[in-house]
Amino acid sequence: MTDSAAPTSADQFIAKTIADHAVVLFMKGVPDQPRCGFSAVTVQILDHLGVEFVGVDVLQDDDLRNGIKTFSDWPTIPQLYVKGEFVGGSDIVREMFQSGELKAFMAQHGVLED
Amino acid sequence: MHRDEKDLLMGTVAARMKAKLESRFSPELLEIVDDSDKHKGHSGSSEAGETHFSVTITSSVFLGVNRVGRQRLVMKALSEELAGPVHALTIKALAPNEE
Repeated sequence: MTDSAAPTSADQFIAKTIADHAVVLFMKGVPDQPRCGFSAVTVQILDHLGVEFVGVDVLQDDDLRNGIKTFSDWPTIPQLYVKGEFVGGSDIVREMFQSGELKAFMAQHGVLED
Repeated sequence: MHRDEKDLLMGTVAARMKAKLESRFSPELLEIVDDSDKHKGHSGSSEAGETHFSVTITSSVFLGVNRVGRQRLVMKALSEELAGPVHALTIKALAPNEE
């Protein structure tokens, strides 16, 4: 599932997206076709855990691509949000996955599929 | 020894990153690896290299700071490089005695 990025204001769009969806990945490309290795790895991990998420392709909109960096105070893509909370980028997602923390974190937040 | 122009250019970004990280974090351990070769032809890669790096850094500055906070500290210290030549940065930031 992918939301198209055509906001009047990038900040408003980001705030609404992370409020409306439990798990949101701001990424380069779409989940079926990531356009960056770091985004691809993050998608693979979420898929592997069975987390349903919304992918937002920041390459569709320059305001969004820059806006998400300011919004999160985080200069790189991808960026993962769970229940409105910034979790991290691909390094953090990978570290948490490898240590088993990510699965527990997702379960706690009730976002693992049965 | 005569060095050609490419040799002289190579490593300048890494050297700048090293200097900034050393001055900001006084690290016990600092390793900067240029991964650019692995990303040839990808978006953001350049013939000159020095676009993709992995940084492993151990510093007491990270004591009591969570993962997001640690990465933010490192990325802030390297904000000029991230806004400029560096396209991708993989960061492992550890406090002393962490794996």
